[in-house]
Amino acid sequence: MSPAPPPVLDVDALLDDRTTEIIVCCGSGGVGKTTTSAALALRAAERGRKVVVLTIDPARRLAQSMGIEQLDNTPRPVPGVGAEAGGSLDAMMLDMKRTFDEVVESQASPEKARQILENPFYVALSSSFAGTQEYMAMEKLGQLHRQALEDGSHDLIVVDTPPSRSALDFLDAPERLSSFLDGRFIRLLLAPARGPARLMTAGFSVVTNALTKVLGAQVLRDMQTFVAAFDTLFGGFRQRADQTFALLQADGTAFVVVAAPEPDALREAAYFVDRLTDDEMPLAGLVVNRVSPAARTDLSAEAAITAADRLLSGDSSSLTAGLLRLHADRVRIVEREHHLCERFAASHPQVPTAFVPALAEDVHDLDGLRTIGEGLADQE
Amino acid sequence: MTAPADRPVDWPKVRLHVVTGKGGTGKSTVAAALALALAGSGRNVLLCEVEGRQGIARMFDVDPLPYEERRIAKGAPDEDGRAGQVHALHIDAESALLEYLAMYYKLGRAGKALDRFGVVDFATTIAPGVRDVLLTGKVYEAVQRPRGGRHREQITYDAVVLDAPPTGRICQFLGVNSELAGLAKVGPIKSQADKVMELLRSPRTAVHIVTILEEMPVQETSDGIAELRAAGLPVGGIVVNLVRPQALSPSALAQVRDDAVDPTAITSDLSRARVDVDAALVESLVAEARDHAVRRQLEDGQRTLVAAEGLPTYELPRIAGGIDHGALVELAQLLRQQGMA
Repeated sequence: MSPAPPPVLDVDALLDDRTTEIIVCCGSGGVGKTTTSAALALRAAERGRKVVVLTIDPARRLAQSMGIEQLDNTPRPVPGVGAEAGGSLDAMMLDMKRTFDEVVESQASPEKARQILENPFYVALSSSFAGTQEYMAMEKLGQLHRQALEDGSHDLIVVDTPPSRSALDFLDAPERLSSFLDGRFIRLLLAPARGPARLMTAGFSVVTNALTKVLGAQVLRDMQTFVAAFDTLFGGFRQRADQTFALLQADGTAFVVVAAPEPDALREAAYFVDRLTDDEMPLAGLVVNRVSPAARTDLSAEAAITAADRLLSGDSSSLTAGLLRLHADRVRIVEREHHLCERFAASHPQVPTAFVPALAEDVHDLDGLRTIGEGLADQE
Repeated sequence: MTAPADRPVDWPKVRLHVVTGKGGTGKSTVAAALALALAGSGRNVLLCEVEGRQGIARMFDVDPLPYEERRIAKGAPDEDGRAGQVHALHIDAESALLEYLAMYYKLGRAGKALDRFGVVDFATTIAPGVRDVLLTGKVYEAVQRPRGGRHREQITYDAVVLDAPPTGRICQFLGVNSELAGLAKVGPIKSQADKVMELLRSPRTAVHIVTILEEMPVQETSDGIAELRAAGLPVGGIVVNLVRPQALSPSALAQVRDDAVDPTAITSDLSRARVDVDAALVESLVAEARDHAVRRQLEDGQRTLVAAEGLPTYELPRIAGGIDHGALVELAQLLRQQGMA
């Protein structure tokens, strides 16, 4: 007996619910997260919401059609969105270095900000720290949300998450950066600048010696200068990271986990669902993209292969045999995908799920996004 | 149709095969299949993963891998049924850093102190680029390991396959745009990074890109090739993965697309093959074939773009039943037949 199908994710109810203020789309790389976020945002806008979508790394042609190929870190109106229902759609692409710079500028005096922005260690940290992108996506989300509250420019923010090593990275990034910024290591680096410190222990000199050996004295000096300049901003960063985390836990937030019917993508999705549950983050449901279309007839794969072999023994170029083999392949793929989704549902029976059929072509324009949006909403 | 033992292969001088590709293209599968293909009789191959996914352990159905080289499988057998060995290593930055410190600086106690002060955490997760240098540094060590060196128990490898981060991050991972290099102008990390870079830029390395015949992955492949070239990294081949079944000939595909299939011929074929046939079944099979033909046409368009890159290209089929050890061996044989290994 096959297990009960999962509850259905009602996308339109989610989008129409005015208390939904933030939708975060997450999942592993290559599952169509960016497309799903854009499709959700467009559908919400055309159903009357004032939406801004924050994307991380959209495909070039999609970005062009949404008018966001320019990285300027500000939401821009998307042309061609149906405004009949009174909604609107703005889109922006995240510029992580610029976002980081803006945070520094907003938190420090111009003189201090300049010192920080020019420090080689800061330049490296802000453009390549594994996690900066995640942290800045969350920071930008916080900014957009505060702004929306102030001027009413948007009532729904849809966020695409960065293609991380793991789907969980962005949840941990704010915490990781802020715990680094006020962690032991920073205090250690600050110690010499602050004169005779309690940290001047035997352990301390062992550590600085080791660091000097590994990194070289100059890197250590750059880091110390950076940390000293950054010192006054730590509190502000920590506070912002905490606020963002709280925002993610709030009732107005909905996480949509995106996956494809593949073992790795569903495994990541399962980790993510578990993590959201543990952290009491509001999970809206799972979107399974790229589902192979069902077979059009119930002839079994085995029967099709047997028949194909019979025909091929007489005529090695039989067209009918080709049709039968294609059918068998399709049935097997559908069965496998079905089995993988069932396994997910068996271990996570409460997760509302929406399935989106695979499209033949990539999505490049609003029409393509509308088709995806319809597929998301239409779960029969 | 396995080629003879002295058959020409495309990458005879390459010791380090780096496998990258867009997410969802199956680069880990291809890396594993390549390792099996390279492990011909008498050869030792090391398959490394660096992204903490334990994908190798799952594919080969073994326990999660520690930071230690483990023999996990025999290579794909040759025509005499003989094969070499595939070993696997799961590289994590923390262990690599502690090993590195122990090896070069004899930092027994200091290593522990570093950990206590959060330095290991800092160096492996936050310090820009350090993590990548540690991961590639360990791969470098495995490739460069001298035969019969000080540590006799250590295996030396004929080839190392690295299941690398996705195309979008590959140049950064391989350290070319390393902010670290700009940051650390002198010092041991810098010289370590330089040594690794020398290997990566040499003819002993090839960076292979895995793609599927869809627009975005093919575009990303083309961008990735340009980026690798600009960075002076040796571009290897393109592996086209998850190719749809080629059950219909080009003329049959055209026939299906043009709605020129004769249903009576199909009906009589099906009854000859003892299938319980009616008009609906024929219509369904033809409609399914039409769906397939549309996809194949799109694939062919992408295949032309892949071919235009002018690189050695290998194709692997989509395996309907999913990837297990048996499927990997099958894919490995296909890579060998096409001369990749």
